[in-house]
Formats: sequence, C-alpha cells, structure tokens
Amino acid sequence: MPVRHDKDIPIWRRRTTARKWGVWGLWLLGTAIFVYCWQLISDKTIWMFVWDAPTQAADLASRMSPPKWGYMSELWRPLWDTLNIATLGTLLAILLAVPVAFCAARNTTPSALLVRPLALFIIVGSRSINSLIWALMLVTIIGPGVFAGVIAIGLRSVGFVAKLLYEAIEEIDPDQVEAITATGANGPQRVAYGIVPQILPAFAGISVFRWDINIRESTVLGLVGAGGIGLQLDASISTLAWTQVSLILLVILATVVVSEWVSATIRHAMI
Amino acid sequence: MLRLDQVVKEYKTGDRALNGIDLQVPQGQVLALIGPSGAGKSTLIRCVNRLVEPTSGAVYLGDQEITSLGSSGLRRARRRMGMIFQEYALVERLTVMENVLSGRLGYVGFWRSYFRRFPREDVAEAFRLLSRVGLDNMVDKRADELSGGQRQRVGIARALIQNPELLLVDEPTASLDPKTSRQIMRLICELCRERTLAAVVNIHDVPLARMFAERIVGLRQGVIVYDGTPEGLSNQVLTEIYGVEDWDASDTGETAPSKPDPTRPKSKPDVEHLVGM
Repeated sequence: MPVRHDKDIPIWRRRTTARKWGVWGLWLLGTAIFVYCWQLISDKTIWMFVWDAPTQAADLASRMSPPKWGYMSELWRPLWDTLNIATLGTLLAILLAVPVAFCAARNTTPSALLVRPLALFIIVGSRSINSLIWALMLVTIIGPGVFAGVIAIGLRSVGFVAKLLYEAIEEIDPDQVEAITATGANGPQRVAYGIVPQILPAFAGISVFRWDINIRESTVLGLVGAGGIGLQLDASISTLAWTQVSLILLVILATVVVSEWVSATIRHAMI
Repeated sequence: MLRLDQVVKEYKTGDRALNGIDLQVPQGQVLALIGPSGAGKSTLIRCVNRLVEPTSGAVYLGDQEITSLGSSGLRRARRRMGMIFQEYALVERLTVMENVLSGRLGYVGFWRSYFRRFPREDVAEAFRLLSRVGLDNMVDKRADELSGGQRQRVGIARALIQNPELLLVDEPTASLDPKTSRQIMRLICELCRERTLAAVVNIHDVPLARMFAERIVGLRQGVIVYDGTPEGLSNQVLTEIYGVEDWDASDTGETAPSKPDPTRPKSKPDVEHLVGM
C-alpha cells in the first residue's frame, strides 16, 4: 500500500518502500551492464583507426569530389531499370497481396481455421526476409538481371501490403456491409459495394507508400546482381572510382526525393 | 403478411435475446416495437431478414417461409424487405445515387453493378425517390457530406427502391435531433401509406411511437409483454415494459426516453434552423 498513516494523516507515495528499492536496484543493474559493455567495446576497438577517422573521412571526401558528371550518360539506363524494378515489383506485390489480405482478415476469410493461418504465414514469411536476401536467392535460382530484382521486390512487398491491407479490412464499418447484405446482394457485390469503397483510400496509400520504399530498396539490389543502379555502384566501389560513387549516390538521393514527393502527392489526392 | 412463429434466438454466449416470439403484421400496418435496451428489438427485426439467424421458430413473409430458405432463396426474399438503419449505414464513400441504386443489387448482376450500369428504369426510379424524399439536388454528393437527416432520407430511398413489401426499420431516429426525428418518422409513415407497406419500426422514443404508429408492441427480455393500440399504452403498461426502477427514475424528472411527454422542450425553437435538414 502506497498509503501510510502518520498520526491519522494519510501519506501517499507513488510507490511502496519495497518497490522503490526494487526500481533503484534495476537502475543500478542497468548502469552496471552499460558500463561493462562500454568497457568490452572499448577493449576490442583499435583506437588508432578511430582517432584517424576524421582524416580518413576528409580523404575519402576529397577523392569523391567533384562527382564525375560525364559518367551520367552511363547511368540513365540502370536508373530506368531501377524504377522499373520498383514499379513492376510493387504491381506484382499488389496483385498477390489483395487475395492474401482478404484471406487473412478475420471478417472476410473463407476459413478462420485453415485459410487464415496460411495467409498469415505467407505474410510473416514474406516480411521476415529482406529484399536483398530474396534477391541473393533469386539470382542463384533464375540468374542475374532485372527480372530477379522484380521478383525479389515483389515477394518482399507482398507481406507488407497484405498486412496493412488486412488490418484495414478488419477495421471497416460492418453496418455498411450489413446494409448491402440486407438488399439481397450476393457475395461479390457485398465486397464491391460494402467493403471496397471503405478500404480504397487505405489501399491506395499503402500501395504508393510501398512503391516509395521499393524505389529505395531497388537501388541496392544490384549489389547482389539483381539489376538496376546498384550494379554500377558495386562496380565503381570495386574499382575505387570514388567520383563515380559520389555521382551515383547523388542520383539515388534525387530519385528518392522525387519518389517521396510523388507518393505524398498521390496519397494526398486519394483521401 | 409477416408472421413470426415461436421465434427463439439464443446467442453463443447463452443469452436468450428472443424467447418464443409470435407476431403477425398485416399488409400496410405500421407497427412500433418498443422496449428497453437489450430487450431484443434489433435481434427481432434482424431475424426477419436473417441478418441474425434465429435459433428456432419460423418466419413467414406472405406464404413463403424465410427461415428454411437456402442462400440464393434468401437473397431473393431479402429483396422483398427493405431495411433502414440507426446509423444510416450508407456506404460513406459512395455518392447518394450509388447508395440509392445499391438497393437494386439483389436484382442486378455483379458486373452490371460493378460498372454501375444499372437498368434505365432503376435510375429513373432512383431520381423519383430522391425527389420524393426531398434530395433532388444531392444526387452527386458523397454520402459523408450529408447531414444526419439527409443521410436517413437516402437510407429510406435505398430501402424503397427495392420495391419491398415490408420495411424493417431499426431505430431510425436514434441519431437525429427531435425535429428531424419527427420529420423522418412522418416520411416513413407517409411512404408506407402511399405504398400500403407493412413496417416494423424499432424505436425507443415512446412519444414518437405513439404519435406515428397504429400498433405498438412492447418487448421485454425477449418476450412480448404488450400488443395493442397507442392509446392503450398506460403508465402501468410502460412499467411492465421498462421495469419499475427505470420508470420511477423518469418520474422524478430524469429525461428517460420512456417518459410520454409530448411537449419535449428540446424540439422547441433552438432547432428551428435545422428545418431544411
């Protein structure tokens, strides 16, 4: 009891004495672990390299500048590939995610015992593997190139899109579906009139948001051979062509800024 | 017209919402179903179109037994029963016209409805109904732009375009202000008279029920405890429907909805500016 009586006057404290000591003890333990870990990291760090870091960074920066603008002519094509990987991958993901989402949502699943766990498994499976790892596996399966990238982005995004979409389906207003049912509508009509209008804004927002994420993810897929601007990045780093690297990074930055602007504009328009 | 025969509804939790309901509603009769919250009013009208599946008993619409129908037969039977909801239950992101036409979904195939290619007669009827309920210039508005009273008018039009024989009306005025409530009830009753429609109206506002219904049925804990004219609804009967405790509370000046007070101050001038809604 945090309330204690002192000559009939009740005194209230936030915690009892025992809990107070407990909280203090946990803080002590936390601090001790932190200090210990600090010590461990410090011992295993070669401090000479760290003291050297500003010099090294300055050196790298000088080697990266100025960006080799002439290299741009060789980047348009991979940039176009990157955009295609992101866009086609997102479309593939949407195509697969919509049925998965309807199977995963509690209020629309055909069977809560059989189909729903399967759909949830697909979602978790897709989400638990990074697109870079999907790409790595797909490059060994179907060979290097843009196609592997598209599939990798698609498989990674299915879970994301399906998860957010099925949450949106579960949050719909059931009265509207009930009203459509009461008119004598059949199953597909109930979905088209009762459910789809309610989830359309969420659907558009999720898709565009995922497309935006995929633009960023597809820029690195080339590192494992799955096409796009990452191939050039990998090649430039390997050959220590730092002025090309800086140009590629600038191009990626510009692409991401533009895609974020596009996605924000579309989402704003859809509400 | 509508006949309920020993209808029982027991929910999975073990609650008996309806306990052997026998009820007959002849054609053209407007029946008000009153009773406290949880008495089973909503369950009763949902058992008629089987949005809620009755546990036992039978429901007949005309000569047809609703309770024994398969899913396609049920869909066809539902076309004959229009339903109006408390929170309007319009599809918020669709236009007024789309909402009204959704009442024809039972008659139109999927692709036609998906591409909004409704038959010309249906569209003409939708325009007629919208003008009848006073929403001529709202056709292209989205449902979520409308006020409560306007939304309920769209709900009424959606139910009527089904060309039903029976209206199931679930608390049509519970989300509306007193003035709009009366207008909506008046509209529903007029339309029933024009088309000699039977209607079962769930309503917890007793004065409103008295004003508009020809017949009142009182429900308490899933059992019909009163069935008669509005005039027969004495304080004693109300006590039987709503229970002694609630009734005493309203007698001491609380504004319980069960108090029959025709001079409800809330409907006085302060809502005059809402007339058009």
